[in-house]
Amino acid sequence: MRIKTIAEYKNEGKEPEILFWVGCAGSFDARAKKVSAAFVKILNAAGVSFAILGNEESCTGDPARRAGNEFLYQMSALQNIETLKSYEIKKIVSTCPHCYNTLKNEYPKLGGEFEVVHHTQLIQTLIEDGRLTIEGGKFEGKRITYHDSCYMGRVNGEYEAPRSLLSKLDVDIIEMDRHKSTGLCCGAGGAQMFKEDEPGDKRINQDRVEEALEQSPDIVTANCPFCITMLLDGIKGKEKQEEVMVLDLSELIVEANNL
Amino acid sequence: MIQQIVFILIAAITFFFAFKQYSKIVRNIRLGKSEKISGNVGDRIKNVALIAFGQKKMFKRWIPAIMHLFIYVAFLFTQIELIEIIIDGTFGIHRFFGDKLGALYNVIINSIEFLSVGAFVATIVFLARRNLLKLPRFTMAEMKGWPFKDGNLILIGELLLLMGIFSMNGSDVVLQQVDPDHFKNTGHLLVSSHLGPALFGGLSESALHLIERSGWWLHIMVVFGFINYLPHSKHLHIFFAFPNVYFDKLQPRGEMSNMPEIMNEVKSMMGLTEGGDEEMNEDIPEFGSKDVFDLSWKNILEAYTCTECGRCSSVCPANVTGKKLSPRKIMMDIRDRADVIGNNLDSGSEEFKKDKSKPLNADNYEDGKSLFDSITKEEIYACTSCNACVEACPVLINPLEPILEMRRYDILTMSEGPSDWLPMFNSIENGGAVWQMPDSRDQWAQDFNSEKA
Ligand code: SF4
Ligand code: SF4
Repeated sequence: MRIKTIAEYKNEGKEPEILFWVGCAGSFDARAKKVSAAFVKILNAAGVSFAILGNEESCTGDPARRAGNEFLYQMSALQNIETLKSYEIKKIVSTCPHCYNTLKNEYPKLGGEFEVVHHTQLIQTLIEDGRLTIEGGKFEGKRITYHDSCYMGRVNGEYEAPRSLLSKLDVDIIEMDRHKSTGLCCGAGGAQMFKEDEPGDKRINQDRVEEALEQSPDIVTANCPFCITMLLDGIKGKEKQEEVMVLDLSELIVEANNL
Repeated sequence: MIQQIVFILIAAITFFFAFKQYSKIVRNIRLGKSEKISGNVGDRIKNVALIAFGQKKMFKRWIPAIMHLFIYVAFLFTQIELIEIIIDGTFGIHRFFGDKLGALYNVIINSIEFLSVGAFVATIVFLARRNLLKLPRFTMAEMKGWPFKDGNLILIGELLLLMGIFSMNGSDVVLQQVDPDHFKNTGHLLVSSHLGPALFGGLSESALHLIERSGWWLHIMVVFGFINYLPHSKHLHIFFAFPNVYFDKLQPRGEMSNMPEIMNEVKSMMGLTEGGDEEMNEDIPEFGSKDVFDLSWKNILEAYTCTECGRCSSVCPANVTGKKLSPRKIMMDIRDRADVIGNNLDSGSEEFKKDKSKPLNADNYEDGKSLFDSITKEEIYACTSCNACVEACPVLINPLEPILEMRRYDILTMSEGPSDWLPMFNSIENGGAVWQMPDSRDQWAQDFNSEKA
């Protein structure tokens, strides 16, 4: 299935099951684009009809808002809400916890009420509904640790969906000391991604990667494009990129199912 | 008789000063902006029961939680004894409840004794933790000076209180043998029935009387002292934790407070307002928070509730990697600033009037300072908004909110902030993405489609 925009669906007089909110990272960042593609493969495999906004999508405004720039946030957000409403969107899935949070928790105050899910949650529902099966085996014996993103974990209380996907892959999750509600931030949130750090002893992602490497994992998984960037940078800093992979959960599933 | 008069006088003075001090704090909290926090009474009461009363969030760390629980429950139980002391002191009687509650009295006093032993052990451990082990969260920069002394003082007060209780009960047990008419039988006491005879057995009756009275007075004087000391201490949380938990905003954690003024202005810019002409603000608007006046009253209540436990800072990713940001310090700075403004207002001094022709009050106040004098930009811009501090706080304080409000002030009102952010702001404004990109937003999808084809 090729990826279609919502405008194309409308032209055909059809309605997709769900809108895939790709986000800035998923659209432009070289690493995150691979996650977008992986997720699309999963949607196709499960026979989910979905659309993207394409060039009508713009930044949710999360980084601007958390940087303190409310004007810019409101401009972005109100524009997006207008677009979403004009296509009568009801259900949205996002691969980015920051987009997810803003769409779900912040747009309602501006008049945008949608049902919003994160891709790990949607995949879990697809499995529960029998629309997708995950082939175990591929990762058997691999040491995999999972890094909770702040915005899915602590902020939105979703600790289980990603772990349940991992357990379907027949892997033993090796937990870091700080996980679930005490999971350490990757250092990117609050618009830190877009500026230099304040002076300190070390970078936050360095601290996190050191903790992950203590578990001598083969793979570090995450569910956020910014976490993935930060973890990858940290692992490169330790020159471990040959031994340790940093992957989104959807990429593991694509691997496992040979999609 | 003289004892009675002295007691009533001291009690009256204590409550008079306490009333003044607590009123000042309430006034300081109201320096903040009014914000209506209501609804969901059921959830609120449940939170108070579980989190304030039941200390649920303390139990993320078991060992300190259990020790703290001993001190806390001992404190609650001692209130019964305290009521008795106040009745006894006022009417010149001895152990008023002694023959009124029957067997229950013995159970209550024994519970207090049992809990007091636990509290005693916990107090010693807590003192050691602060002074010998020097736990990192108790020795960070913001804990130097008064906060350090405060932590120790209250623990020493606690020890004095326990000494008072045991010398009072211990000598009482011995006196029950000597002068059973005056000293009602309390039944067997867990600690004092052994400790009393061991320490005070064989002393003369007058010496025993002296010890019993000294213990009694020590107990009540420490309590009176506490009541007036608390407003200057992190220990205010024993009262404020309850309203603070009750007035939790109960909104999703991921939701930053909306700014309707800006939303409406942007809506009218985009032609989204129905009915046209919205009234535009004529003054040069100030957004975000520069000072306690611009924070919500709830932020200030939180600042006064802060226990200075440092659980927030010990999990803050910025703090643990050596950045200057410490969420605990943010809360302490807000409280200290509210205290300073309150004291200046009470001074009535001309120098704090913004408009010299009007009386000094919260609306007519200027001292040339703000929160930015104690909280630096380096601190507020190091925050990742990860919510670890919010999650960790045992009394539902949210240090992230004032941090973000101060960012709003700096960015929106002052047009300052990290210059690194400008490209991101510009890209969002002009290109709808956080990065300036040559490709169109759907390029990845086009690539995907052509790969498939
Ligand atoms: S939200 Fe900010 S202040 Fe709180 S723990 Fe995270 S980085 Fe630290
Ligand atoms: S804000 Fe909460 S966690 Fe932080 S020091 Fe104060 S009471 Fe402790």
